[in-house]
Amino acid sequence: MYRYDAFDQRLVDERVAQFRDQTRRFLAGELSEDEFRPLRLQNGLYIQKYAPMLRVAIPYGLLSSRQLRKLAHIGRKYDKGYGHFTTRQNIQYNWPKLEEVPDILAELASVEMHAIQTSGNCVRNITSDHFAGVAADEIVDPRPYNELIRQWSTFHPEFAYLPRKFKIAITGATTDRAAILVHDIGLQAVRDGAGDVGFRVIVGGGLGRTPIVGHVIREFLPRAEILNYLDAILRVYNRFGRRDNMYKARIKILVKERTPEVFAQDVEAEWEHLKGGPATVPDEEIARIAAHFPPPSYETLPGDDAGFRSAVADNRAFSNWVKRNVFPHKVPGYALVTLSLKKTGVPPGDASSDQMDAVADLADAYTFGELTVSHEQNLIFTNVRQSQLLALWSELKGLGFATPNIGLLTDIICCPGGDFCSLANAKSIPIAEAIQRRFDDLDYLHDLGEIDVNISGCMNACGHHHVGHIGILGVDKNGSEWYQVTIGGTQGEHAAIGKVIGPSFAAHEMPDVIARLLDVYVDRRHEDERFVDTVKRLGLDPFKERVYAATH
Amino acid sequence: MPQLIKGGVVSDDRWTLVRDGEVAPPSSPAIVSLATWLVKRDELRKRSDVGVWLAPADDPSLLAGDVRTLPLIAVDFPKFADGRGYSIARLLRERFFFKGELRAVGDVARDQLYYLHQVGFDAFLLRDGKDAQDALASLRDFTDGYQATNRRTPWFRRSDTDVPHRHRGATE
Repeated sequence: MYRYDAFDQRLVDERVAQFRDQTRRFLAGELSEDEFRPLRLQNGLYIQKYAPMLRVAIPYGLLSSRQLRKLAHIGRKYDKGYGHFTTRQNIQYNWPKLEEVPDILAELASVEMHAIQTSGNCVRNITSDHFAGVAADEIVDPRPYNELIRQWSTFHPEFAYLPRKFKIAITGATTDRAAILVHDIGLQAVRDGAGDVGFRVIVGGGLGRTPIVGHVIREFLPRAEILNYLDAILRVYNRFGRRDNMYKARIKILVKERTPEVFAQDVEAEWEHLKGGPATVPDEEIARIAAHFPPPSYETLPGDDAGFRSAVADNRAFSNWVKRNVFPHKVPGYALVTLSLKKTGVPPGDASSDQMDAVADLADAYTFGELTVSHEQNLIFTNVRQSQLLALWSELKGLGFATPNIGLLTDIICCPGGDFCSLANAKSIPIAEAIQRRFDDLDYLHDLGEIDVNISGCMNACGHHHVGHIGILGVDKNGSEWYQVTIGGTQGEHAAIGKVIGPSFAAHEMPDVIARLLDVYVDRRHEDERFVDTVKRLGLDPFKERVYAATH
Repeated sequence: MPQLIKGGVVSDDRWTLVRDGEVAPPSSPAIVSLATWLVKRDELRKRSDVGVWLAPADDPSLLAGDVRTLPLIAVDFPKFADGRGYSIARLLRERFFFKGELRAVGDVARDQLYYLHQVGFDAFLLRDGKDAQDALASLRDFTDGYQATNRRTPWFRRSDTDVPHRHRGATE
């Protein structure tokens, strides 16, 4: 993975010193709350319901075991012994003390990590495909470009006070695991006819209050121009994005109001001035960064491992786990393993410090000391030998990270919700838990197959409810918590926004509502048809009828 | 009185910022609104002590023909969180090649100075009540940065002698 050199390290160290002084001035009364707010936000620090919340960046989801041990240590020393992995490849701590945050940032800097621009109206953490570098369907390894763009976005002086937050996601594969269609900018690294790398540029997607699927504004941008082009997009947005209404300030509204065609013309006109300029990226720089991502020292293995195959045949529990949580690898004899952070009874995405330490040890033993974090809030070991899967499975079971539910109903994406977040209208974690408890029959879950359930506690949509096959949104009705249900949403390269089925429900009704939606699916599905495909084929009506039948 | 930082030091300010577009500029050095400038351009151009200030929504290209003669352009930040002025500054410096004094005015305080300087401002009229001596330190918050800005080429376009520590390998 990318390692800081003295230049990178110095910038992060200087940031720690800067924020230490800003915090000192705030505590001394030299900075008002209004003045301090944007400064702490650009260092990931929110003032939450019960305590500050610190959001730490895991750039493009990549972590070393050493970094994970540091995250565990921070959870133990400065928090209540755990952390929460988010839907944007960050980790959040819910109980740090404001005056200790500079020390936490210094600890992070010691392992080449930071909380820079994880909040505020600036370019946020760059997110990417959690299978980057090893995916079988990868056209271009996006990691060097992720790092290049991470560096470009870090302390960009022109774009620190944008109209609103700005999120960029990058993939290099044909399957979109990075949700590039629902980001402010989505980039897909591709190759042209000559084999040269460039980017398909998508702008103006997003969830939140106004969910929109992004628009392609350029089919192929040569890679050398990527920073010039990003500067052009951001400059048009910074100058012309709406600042009069925070709900209309995201770039998607500008793109919509101008139309994607006119917006694209504006960007191209700005780019004309920047093209070939100082920010044009030399091939040597891309090569320098790419050299940080060599393939690990794989053993030459003869395809499928015989011991692994017989274990799958003999052991049903192991076989279930392999079926759901293990994915094909481009190198023969290796596999990708997803550690499920979706065990019933544990808030989705939460991990204790002890668990993080144990995962770090397993990463050293089984996957070259590196792992990734997915926007589905799970962890991934990207390079595991098939012959070691059985042993790894046993270890993960002991940790509670082997729930065989990846992609299933209980692999719920969920924001922290009203239990922690001051923006939330309603709690989300108890809803996830109620659904997980109701649907605890593994055979039934496997029979249902792939169903994404996404839960957000408010319309800021941190739980990506719009793109869940079943989306659940917490709403406030006269001071009490209600839940609106959408179906038919889809993430990935066929991204679609789910449709609301009708009036919202009380919390205790939610497991029944899900059960009725599933009953319709089970009754009406065609063979090998996923829930979301049945919804698309039948439309909303049969689902509405069943769900609301008993309540009328 | 708001204090002025210019050229990296606390300076006396001889310019009067004329915020109200209706008021005629005084005979002493004055910074007038873009609207005033566009109306009275022929008359004001004869003076060498008149500058222009731009609001966040103003189009800097309207000054493209004046950049060689204007001694000073100010950009107003009604709220520090309104970042349009950062793009205006880069356009004035990098697209229209304005070489005179580029001054940030309005809700300008210490913790914005480093980025403001990077995009091309060389003078900062601090919001009332802020100490300019204290604020000077923030111009040195960072010793360097990744991007192409008005102050530097991106580090990847510099030679090893410019950035001698760049290729010494990872830190540990």
